Amino acid sequence: MLSKAGTRLMQGNEACAEGAIAAGLRFFAGYPITPSTEIAEELALLLPKVGGKFIQMEDEIASISAIIGASLAGAKSMTATSGPGFSLKQEGIGFASYTEVPCVIVNVQRVGPSTGVPTAPAQGDVMQARWGTHGDHPVIVLCPSSVAETFTLIIEAFNISERWRIPVIFLMDEVVAHMREKVVVPDVSRIRLAERPRPQVAPDQYLPYAAGEDLVPPMADFGSGYRYHVTGLTHDQTGFPTTKAPEVDALARRLDAKMKRAAPHVTFVDELLVDDAEVAVFAYGVTARAAAKAVRDARAQGLKAGLIKAKTLWPFPSEHVRRVAERARAIVVPEMNMGQLVLEVERASAGRANVVGLSRVDAEPITPDEILAKLREV
Amino acid sequence: MRKEVRLSGSGGQGLILAGIILAEAAIHDGHEVVQTQSYGPEARGGASRAEVIIADEAIDYPKVGTPDVVLVMSQEACNKYARRVKRGGVVVVDETNVKTVPDVEGARVVRLPITDIARHEAGRQVTANMVALGALVGITGLATPEAAERAVRERVPKGTEDLNLKAFRLGMKRAREALGAT
Repeated sequence: MLSKAGTRLMQGNEACAEGAIAAGLRFFAGYPITPSTEIAEELALLLPKVGGKFIQMEDEIASISAIIGASLAGAKSMTATSGPGFSLKQEGIGFASYTEVPCVIVNVQRVGPSTGVPTAPAQGDVMQARWGTHGDHPVIVLCPSSVAETFTLIIEAFNISERWRIPVIFLMDEVVAHMREKVVVPDVSRIRLAERPRPQVAPDQYLPYAAGEDLVPPMADFGSGYRYHVTGLTHDQTGFPTTKAPEVDALARRLDAKMKRAAPHVTFVDELLVDDAEVAVFAYGVTARAAAKAVRDARAQGLKAGLIKAKTLWPFPSEHVRRVAERARAIVVPEMNMGQLVLEVERASAGRANVVGLSRVDAEPITPDEILAKLREV
Repeated sequence: MRKEVRLSGSGGQGLILAGIILAEAAIHDGHEVVQTQSYGPEARGGASRAEVIIADEAIDYPKVGTPDVVLVMSQEACNKYARRVKRGGVVVVDETNVKTVPDVEGARVVRLPITDIARHEAGRQVTANMVALGALVGITGLATPEAAERAVRERVPKGTEDLNLKAFRLGMKRAREALGAT
């Protein structure tokens, strides 16, 4: 029996795999890489038990291509990798984004660039996750900070990807991926699952890229009698290539508008003690855990600190930052990189608060004391 | 309550499994728990390390700082970790493998021939991790014996439950005897 309801010790990667199956994942193609390997190992065991398919592909590009194909045939699909593999998958991510094929791409971040430190944590792929593939494109990026959150957030990743036909990048880090924690596994049969919109018209009337009011075109499963064309070339409503200016413009603008329409439904943020905060931390992933401790320690010392913990990194939760920046004199942004989302926090706070980055890039996680020291300094 | 535990020794001694079982026992006892481990080249043959945090409240920062309880199962691990323990904490030393213990200030040092107990009394050297786990439970009360035994039974390979439980109970008994003697 999969994901039996109850309390269990679970590894982050295991929670990712089991949560994905609970979300309806039935096709995984991947090429194992540390620190994501346990996701593939778990799914190789579990997917056949639910009638799903697991394929170890020859490389990362083949993996993302395979999950796009499976998704076009109607299966909820996922691949998992780390930095070096994520770089290779960018071409496929662009294709999935432009052709609006739902899929989930897990990237368990490790120290980079290149081969880096395979076994050590980093948060260096935040900008790549948003802008790694070329061209304007919609993509949504979620980031868990605990094992329990990995289980629930990966379900959201599938629901979002299906509902909006946008690829979702699930950005983990090595610490969350490899640690084991208590997880209260819910009754899987009671989890709300989203499905992609499917056509309500006869096959001969189907226009694969004609969207209604919600900007998401209905998607037919390949093999279900609806014949249509899918291409990475700019396409019109029929799915065939076009170079006509109004049609090129219309597709770019619809995809952008779709991302904006989705934003309020896909932005997940936890706030801790921000209402009266004079100084605040903006953090994500395992770093948000250290930040929560730092904020509580600061409060114990009489410093009114608060935390914005982002579970959605893209679309960036600008509104949450703006609200806190109106009151706080400073926002500290600890990241295991040389400063990536700190730039977005600066943009969103627009001069209202002093935004200060805190970088750690020695292959070790940021500690609560480092954040506390910075909070006392700003 | 927040207790931090570090299990250290060599790759192959089963310390990560011991850490997982301790964490599962703590869950059975109703606690919050995080288990982490060292990865990388040092996990192969060289130093190996598993860490467990047991707490009553949600655990924010998941990494161990200065632990309350340290187990050292090799000379190298002893040299590296024995002194890094909280004041009032405890260091459990496998004296089969550790010949020299540095002065540890402000913490109690308990020496037990853990690997010899596994080899000669439990009957298999491979159960040294279960002897060690029993010793930790016996000395520190990190988990109740009932929860720990349940966790051992559920996690070890099928067919080895009795052997592992025997080793666990030996560790607990010998640790309590050692405590009574000091």
